[in-house]
Amino acid sequence: MLSVENLVVSVRRGPEIVRDVSFEIAPGEILGLVGESGSGKSMTSLALMGLLSPGIDITGGAVRLDGTDITHLQPHQRVARNCGKVAMIFQEPMTSLNPVLRIREQLEEAINVHDPRAGPERARELLDMVRIPDAGHQLNAYPHELSGGMRQRVMIAIALACRPQVLIADEPTTALDVTVQRQVLGLIRELCDSLHMGVLFITHDLGVVAQLADRVAVMYAGKLCERADVGPLFRAPLHPYTNGLLACLPDPESGNAAFETIPGAAPRPGAIPEGCPFSPRCNRAQETCRSGPVPEAHGPERQVAVCHFPVRQEAPA
Amino acid sequence: MRQVLMMLPTSAIRRPITALGVLFLVVIVIFAAASPWIAPYPPDVMDPVNRLLPPGGDHLMGTDHFGRDTFSRVVFGARLALLIGVGVVAFALGTGVPIGVLSALFPALGRVLMRMVDVLMSFPSLLLALGLIVILGQGVFNAILAIGLIYLTTTARIVYGVALRLKAEPYVEAARSAGAGTWWIVTRHILPNMISPLLVQASFVFAFAQLGAASLDFLGLGAPPEIPSWGNMLAESRIYITRASWLLLWPGLMIVLTAFSLNLVGDALRDRMDPRFREMVRR
Amino acid sequence: MSRYVIRRTGAAIMTLIAASIVIFAFIHLIPGDPVYVMLGDGATPEQVAALRDRLGLDEPLVMQYLIWAGNALRGDLGVSIFFETPVTQVIAEGAETSILLASVTMVWIILIGVPVGILAAIRQGTLIDQGLSGLAMLAASLPTFWVGLYLILIFAAGLGWFPSSGYPSIFEEGGLVNLRYLVLPSLALAAPNAALILRLTRASMLDVAREDYIRTARAKGIRPTRVVLRHILRNALLAVVSAFGFTFAALISEAVVTETVFALPGIGRTVVQSILRRDYPVIQGVILITVCLYLVINLIVDLSYRYLDPRVELE
Ligand SMILES: Nc1ncnc2c1ncn2[C@@H]1O[C@H](COP(=O)(O)OP(=O)(O)OP(=O)(O)O)[C@@H](O)[C@H]1O
Ligand SMILES: [Mg+2]
Repeated sequence: MLSVENLVVSVRRGPEIVRDVSFEIAPGEILGLVGESGSGKSMTSLALMGLLSPGIDITGGAVRLDGTDITHLQPHQRVARNCGKVAMIFQEPMTSLNPVLRIREQLEEAINVHDPRAGPERARELLDMVRIPDAGHQLNAYPHELSGGMRQRVMIAIALACRPQVLIADEPTTALDVTVQRQVLGLIRELCDSLHMGVLFITHDLGVVAQLADRVAVMYAGKLCERADVGPLFRAPLHPYTNGLLACLPDPESGNAAFETIPGAAPRPGAIPEGCPFSPRCNRAQETCRSGPVPEAHGPERQVAVCHFPVRQEAPA
Repeated sequence: MRQVLMMLPTSAIRRPITALGVLFLVVIVIFAAASPWIAPYPPDVMDPVNRLLPPGGDHLMGTDHFGRDTFSRVVFGARLALLIGVGVVAFALGTGVPIGVLSALFPALGRVLMRMVDVLMSFPSLLLALGLIVILGQGVFNAILAIGLIYLTTTARIVYGVALRLKAEPYVEAARSAGAGTWWIVTRHILPNMISPLLVQASFVFAFAQLGAASLDFLGLGAPPEIPSWGNMLAESRIYITRASWLLLWPGLMIVLTAFSLNLVGDALRDRMDPRFREMVRR
Repeated sequence: MSRYVIRRTGAAIMTLIAASIVIFAFIHLIPGDPVYVMLGDGATPEQVAALRDRLGLDEPLVMQYLIWAGNALRGDLGVSIFFETPVTQVIAEGAETSILLASVTMVWIILIGVPVGILAAIRQGTLIDQGLSGLAMLAASLPTFWVGLYLILIFAAGLGWFPSSGYPSIFEEGGLVNLRYLVLPSLALAAPNAALILRLTRASMLDVAREDYIRTARAKGIRPTRVVLRHILRNALLAVVSAFGFTFAALISEAVVTETVFALPGIGRTVVQSILRRDYPVIQGVILITVCLYLVINLIVDLSYRYLDPRVELE
């Protein structure tokens, strides 16, 4: 169980990029994290990994994995302390593998750290797990000899070599074409179930979330504005922002691709409005929204939104 | 352009050593502009009684083997340093920019021109300069040409790279498809965006021109011996290194500090430059 | 032989041919009759006639070039006016000094430039980095001959640790003893070049450190030193190694000044003396040989790249 409690990430001598974010991921569960570009999704995931670049720090809150505090530990420190592991795959499979090392070398490096007693067949086993055909041959390939989809599978294999409790996937399929994308998503779901591994799945794409995730967290301007199980969230969003995002999706029933958009643009870190950060763009906003703390509104089945005036849809007759 | 120049003060404050570099360059310019008023003696008046005097007294930096005042010669030397620097930069940019831009605009011509640049680059730089001096003969103007030829090649390559990238920019493509003429594109889109890489390149070329000119002077193949250039001063006092080592200290320091200051300025400019082009102007 | 090897070699040969045309033109660009340019003013009519005949000076220019290039290919670069011996022999006499000097200098450059560059990169932004980068910039602004003169003053004339000038051939004084003669010149020559390699090493380390695959490596949980050595350094050195080639070739020409300061009997000093003696065939020969050297070294660097960087073969 990964639990993130009131996480704050800030640029040194600069703005807060992630503000007071809390969520949990249970084993075998996929949490979809959605939000506009720049809302702080990648920063959140790098903070969980202990991979924030120099100059950006976790300045509040905690990250716990099965009860152990791993907040300020970098990956190698987590290995040294023998605590639970979080692994990550990235958006760009093209640039995420070292161009001058063979797949085998990059894979074995991770195996040696996390599974020092594993035999030489472990690397093959991992490639088989991620469904790479002809694994024995591919082990000796260089990254540039593989396609994007294959590289992303290798990235997943490397992540699995760490035997992680939680896998973070930061837009892992954005750079892939649609069919490959579907295969990789299927693989992630399957591994999550079979290895009983938690997954934090980051994406812009609500459609993907609806298919893949068990639960969803919606991020806006560094904060989570709504958390819910997939079903309730898509059926009856509470937060006006989530509502707006869903309205932007093409509606398969009416068949018309709605080009509705939310007016205005997301605020940059450092220029985030008082009160509810969404209030300037929100058609439900009132004076109370523009200052002071915003209360949580609860819906059915663990659904939570941070909003004064949540959307309460009447149950359709 | 204004943008690039405006960021100089801010980066100078951030790095005090860069500010000192700028200050030193200002001093050099003042030395060059006002040499007759700053120098206490004419640079070429000999005084056999007061030969090889150590620094101090009437002669701030001592005197050389003819009894000439070293400080005065150092002040007048700034003139030649600036002349060489400006001349080499003007030649390198004046030839390198058209070659690079034309090569980028007309690929067929570019293949030929850049091939020629490659050929020139296969000559070791100092030998290329020396070869040209052999053909042209010795002299300040020829030294400028010879050193300028070395930096023609690097400048042309940089300009070519930058221009190719700019040519592929969406707004340039858009202007092209809207029917904008080549001349319009060059003057409106390519040259203005090239100013900051060129400014960086100019400061590095200026710096290395000082070192190149000093080498030519030292070998006796640069400025004629009667001209008080820093390199000539070093060449003449070379044999007095053990008896009067300060004679070599001042002109040498002037060369080092001038080149160092220009490198600092170039580096500060580059740090603030468009990161896409930063790779191209290295060294 | 892959296509890559053939293509690179072909390009190098094309460049060499073009460069040789420029070098051939050199003698004809010097004001005066090429025969007198090559023989000097004191030539006898028989000598003049013989050279005219040998170079085919009455033929069209293209034929003259072909004759000259053919002679060069057979190792005949003409005769030195001053020594009246073959140019190849004059160059060979300086080769030992020049190649040893460049090699020793290269050792300094690699020993100083690369590790210090790595250190500056690892300590990026700290006082150590700023100090080292500043020093490198200063060193890159040093005229080698000036440094050389002060090295002589301090370590030769003052402390007497090293000889101040000259260089006896290995065959005369033998062993490592004569390397002592090269310590000061190589240090002077190394200073600015080591600084450039330092800056290049630092910059490419920092470039690579920003790559996505470095983040992947760190995410695996391997130790930071291993990330630096196996992932960052290995990739960063690709750029640095290719600069070694350029640098070595450039050293042969930059040594012109250093060899003059330290009175080393190398190719560089031969060039300077030949310029003063108007011994043009020697100058021409040296330029041709250094251009060849530059092209060969770069070709070797290019080709060895295939073993260092697996991506190259695809292109
Ligand atoms: N080094 C930095 N210094 C200051 N701000 C930064 C830095 N790096 C990122 N940011 C800011 O942090 C915010 C969050 O960035 P992040 O990469 O987490 O967004 P994201 O939600 O992952 O977006 P995307 O969907 O485009 O990947 C952005 O607004 C970005 O401008
Ligand atoms: Mg992101």
